[in-house]
Amino acid sequence: MTLTRRSFIGTGLATGALLQAPMVGAQGRPRVVVIGGGAGGATMARYLAKDSEGGLDITLVEANPIYTTCFFSNLYLGGFRDFESLQHGYSRLSDMGITVITDTATAVDRAARSVTLAGGQSLIYDRLVLAPGIDFREGSVPGWSLSDQDIMPHAYKAGPQTLLLKAQIEAMPQGGVFAMIAPPNPYRCPPGPYERISMVAHLLKQSNPTAKILLIDPKEKFSKQALFEEGWQTHYPGMIERIGPDFGGASAEVRPATMEVVVDGEAMKVDCCNVIPGQVAGRIAALAGVTDDSGWAPVMPETMASRVDDTVWVLGDASAQGDMPKSGFSANAQAKVAANALRGQLLGSRIFPARYSNTCWSLIAPDDGVKVGASYEPTPEKIASVESFVSQTGEDAALRKATYEESLGWYAGITADIFG
Amino acid sequence: MSGWRGLLLTLVLAAVGSLPAAAESLGDESRGAVLFNRECSVCHRIGPDAENRIGPRLTGLFGRRAGAVPGFEYSKSMARMGNDGLTWTLETLEAYVENPKALISGTRMNYRGLKDAAARADLLAFLRLHSDRPQNIPEAEPTARKTDPDLDAAVLAIKGDRDYGEYLSAECTTCHQRDGTDQGIPSITRWPEEDFVVAMHAYKQRLRPHPVMQMMASRLSNDEIAALAAFFADQD
Repeated sequence: MTLTRRSFIGTGLATGALLQAPMVGAQGRPRVVVIGGGAGGATMARYLAKDSEGGLDITLVEANPIYTTCFFSNLYLGGFRDFESLQHGYSRLSDMGITVITDTATAVDRAARSVTLAGGQSLIYDRLVLAPGIDFREGSVPGWSLSDQDIMPHAYKAGPQTLLLKAQIEAMPQGGVFAMIAPPNPYRCPPGPYERISMVAHLLKQSNPTAKILLIDPKEKFSKQALFEEGWQTHYPGMIERIGPDFGGASAEVRPATMEVVVDGEAMKVDCCNVIPGQVAGRIAALAGVTDDSGWAPVMPETMASRVDDTVWVLGDASAQGDMPKSGFSANAQAKVAANALRGQLLGSRIFPARYSNTCWSLIAPDDGVKVGASYEPTPEKIASVESFVSQTGEDAALRKATYEESLGWYAGITADIFG
Repeated sequence: MSGWRGLLLTLVLAAVGSLPAAAESLGDESRGAVLFNRECSVCHRIGPDAENRIGPRLTGLFGRRAGAVPGFEYSKSMARMGNDGLTWTLETLEAYVENPKALISGTRMNYRGLKDAAARADLLAFLRLHSDRPQNIPEAEPTARKTDPDLDAAVLAIKGDRDYGEYLSAECTTCHQRDGTDQGIPSITRWPEEDFVVAMHAYKQRLRPHPVMQMMASRLSNDEIAALAAFFADQD
């Protein structure tokens, strides 16, 4: 009830405030508070700081002092990267004049334009940017709740969960069973679960070749399906079994206490179980009252400003924007459009047309990389796909190797673009 | 038979109207041989027993994947284009011979390019003689062959809006590193403006093979390509 009333007041104030632009904060500079230091939030903070040259007072709030990217974390599971190579600090953002606070936002009062942090601090903003990524939908997988994550890890927010999942895979007995409960749409990184299956298969093929992989999937189809299935056939024949919705994949239950998975009424003992539940926007978006019934935060396709309150902007996975997949690449692209528009709004700088694009690379086996991508443009309703491409089945080894090497270059490029 | 074909071709050309005359017959092979000796033979050999020299042997060039002659040490750029799927056809060879850097930015072929369209047609006709099945080239009707990829001088003369280029460049730096590091993805900094422009148009016209780059270039207008070129020219 309070949220409804607040959001009503907030919208009213926002409309009034637009008439008084440019905004001036207490120290004479407009204040931008960014919640979340991943591909969306850190890129936003960095581009705002870089291009406004001191014209904005920018604060970045992130729970972790060192950020671990979820993208490429599957390559750590497969043994292709060190865990450390996924980790990035914020010192270069601090050096640019951004105030980086290691804390978690627990409340947003849009009427007062303030954010409360778990540590007790309160931040006043002229513009608030929410880039909190995902949280898990309660009850999405029967039998599993977040308190079971140490037994059945999700490893879908990179960090300790990623390390735990890898340790559990390595501890599997010879000939054991690895199970994954794949998530329903929409979720972060559409090819992610299937790249993970590939990486687990690669790892097991070397250390535990008689092990089995059970992929329990609520979806009829999945991203790059033909490419993954071809690759699994080639590299891991007989190792991977997928149970789709026709065979109970959409109603699976787990029993963490006994390490069981129940599909179609039949309980199976497994040795490692990766539960990737259904997802919603990171919790702070709902607490701020900018999400809708879908659990995601609808945004304006031109700018990524919230449809509920145009002093609040939502980036990346948490946003409901249309056709772009929830990916680090998308979040980074959205942040650069948003930074240009937000800067123009606050400082009167030139606002250029929105440009969005995305490419997702996946590794199936050593030197066997594939990719899918698209370009997008804003329409009044949504961010709409314009043109797309996807790797083809039967491509030669040299192209697949080049695609993998390209993905390494992309990781280096995008992390430099995000973290400086 | 050939008379019929010639007549049909004339009709097709008359219907299309805008095709250059060069598309009708490729060029003069003997003039092409003279050109080959003058322009290419310092580095390249051609013929049944030709071997690699400074450049790779050019026998059987049509239909071959770029960077694929065994035993020849190619530039990283050429090898990458070959992996991406660049194959030598009339269309790609014409673009390459006209301006090698338009197609392969880092090519080791130190050649300024053959700007005269008739001369290129002659040279390609000569190269075709030394291919596996010259009679099959081009494989489709000549009308399927794209017109000259030449860029209008006016397109090359556009003065780019550097600030807009800087904004657009944010799309590039998601993958290409700002510091010019070339790791899996080529460097795009410190690039002469004209080379940048012709390279982007080569992607836009799908002469260069890479799907991501084709997609990125396809929605860039002439002004936007010029804007990006203006920005990247002074990045180091």
